[in-house]
Amino acid sequence: MALFTRAPKPEPILGQNRAVAFFLAVLTWIIGLLFFFPLFWLVLNGFKEEAVASSSPTLIFDPTLDRFREVTETTNLLTFAEAFWNSFWIVLISTFIVMTLAIPAAYSLAIRPMRKWRDVLFFFISTKFLPIVGIIMPVWIIARDLNLLGTRTVLVILYTAMNLPLAVWMLRSFFAEVPKELVEASQIDGCSLLGQIRQVILPIVAPGLAATALLCVIFAWNEFFFALQLNNVGASTIPVWVNSQQKFQGQFLAGLSAASVLATLPVVLAGWVAQKRMIRGLALGAIK
Amino acid sequence: MAEVQYKDASRIYPGTDEPAVNKLNIDIPDGELLVLVGPSGSGKSTALRMLAGLETVNQGAVYIGGTDVTLKPPQDRDIAMVFQNYALYPSMTVGENMGFALKQAKVPKDERAKRVQEAARILDLEEYLDRKPKNLSGGQRQRVAMGRAIVRQPQVFLMDEPLSNLDAKLRVQTRTELSDLQARLGVTTVYVTHDQVEAMTMGDRVAVLNFGVLQQVDAPKTLYSKPANKFVAGFIGSPAMNLFDAESIDGRPAIGGVAAPISDSVAGQLGRVDGAAIGVRPEHLKLASSGIQGEVTVIEELGSESFVHVAIQHMGERTTIVVRDEGETETTRGQNVHVDFDGPIHVFDADGERVD
Repeated sequence: MALFTRAPKPEPILGQNRAVAFFLAVLTWIIGLLFFFPLFWLVLNGFKEEAVASSSPTLIFDPTLDRFREVTETTNLLTFAEAFWNSFWIVLISTFIVMTLAIPAAYSLAIRPMRKWRDVLFFFISTKFLPIVGIIMPVWIIARDLNLLGTRTVLVILYTAMNLPLAVWMLRSFFAEVPKELVEASQIDGCSLLGQIRQVILPIVAPGLAATALLCVIFAWNEFFFALQLNNVGASTIPVWVNSQQKFQGQFLAGLSAASVLATLPVVLAGWVAQKRMIRGLALGAIK
Repeated sequence: MAEVQYKDASRIYPGTDEPAVNKLNIDIPDGELLVLVGPSGSGKSTALRMLAGLETVNQGAVYIGGTDVTLKPPQDRDIAMVFQNYALYPSMTVGENMGFALKQAKVPKDERAKRVQEAARILDLEEYLDRKPKNLSGGQRQRVAMGRAIVRQPQVFLMDEPLSNLDAKLRVQTRTELSDLQARLGVTTVYVTHDQVEAMTMGDRVAVLNFGVLQQVDAPKTLYSKPANKFVAGFIGSPAMNLFDAESIDGRPAIGGVAAPISDSVAGQLGRVDGAAIGVRPEHLKLASSGIQGEVTVIEELGSESFVHVAIQHMGERTTIVVRDEGETETTRGQNVHVDFDGPIHVFDADGERVD
């Protein structure tokens, strides 16, 4: 009689089997490269001569910075420097306003919900239901009547309005993770409302703030439609500038690529900086 | 330091009809440790939070040190609270956590450091002052939460199940330390727990709540020996009191066909036996040669004592009565025994109230 039987070998879960693991790794790489390739090609094209970029694709060529020089030096309606600083300030100010408004809104929705707060939340997101194209006429007319056409202000206002619902939604879910005992403890400890938010809640939701702000920055930086419709002259932004690199005659693929790379860089940088914060925060994960 | 009073204090949550706390009246003298105990949903935590100012008092009033604080926000009540999950600020060090309330009160930095140091010394936390809460063990976090309360030197300590996140051994140890600390500091303390052992061992007095209604508030000994009603009788004591609907023998309440030896005055006050209940603690019963007849079903041997479960026939139904016996019991399972009364008997009338 077998008194001692071996424990049955545990079934290997997917990925523990070596062949499967290898296959999954290869698949991951393929998918990764598939997504990365267009970006890689874009960067590569930026360093080519126009003729090389337009002929049959090649990996071997003499790299040159001329395209970058050309696109940043052209003095069309909008120079690169103008567009860059316009974008910079519009994005910065609109994101700042969005966060300033969204933090108290999220606090009240998550930590001291009033009656019917779900309806309020739904109202916020419902403002995103309508396609922008559908409202561009009235927006344009209002902007014209307020003498805001062709100004940075109009874009700050519109980007704030565009990102606010999203920011409120995101921040609310981060704030809702804050244990209510912490808020109560800070109340008993004699914290004012502002102190409570600043000293107790914000340090906990910092990764969430970073993620939300990053998304607002990305969306505002990349926004093209409003910028083109309401502001396609001297006060316009980077996407409009990139668009202006398309020419009606001659070759422009390499130049356009170089411009696109320049337009993408700040977002990549912002993402990189924010990501460090976010990962650190998520790794802490310890609200307990 | 101050006395605390609940005066007809009620809390009715929006959208509900039944009050979570119903006309609570308790006077807590200065320096006392009062334990609020009850099953879950009894309103004990709500009562504590009403005192803290975290829960609205819908009717009645709450006083701290003779001042009506019913409408005051938590920060104006001069209280400190220890939460079940400790609620330590994760972004601050132990020292910052403990000094946070003083910082809010604009206490100068030197004074603050001194008081934090002092509290850390009392709680044996000095070497952890620069650590973040996440780098502490459960017991250490609990002590930091205590420290945060002590540093403030408040009028009242409020504790909401502060030991329930600790493992059993640490809980017993911390229980003693906490009682000792409270006695030394002499700060009026309201302590909430669902654990009746904790309530009995720690409280100067214990308030038993059920369904938001105060059942009895008394010293632990009195709660045990003279429970005011059926609920308290069943809730306090481990193993629980044997409680039966009384059957009537010659107009006297009885269990399993044997009339309980109660005084004529109790019997007189009780009157009708119908609907009354009768309770006996296991240690007030004995195995004897005569009495209620039954069969041993389970024997719990705890070393110093053992509890013998005896199946008896009571009012035509098979039910179990628990008898305390010697540690080295000679009883065996399946044995036919007799159970006899050997101590005080608790009688409750048809409304569940004690008859004395």
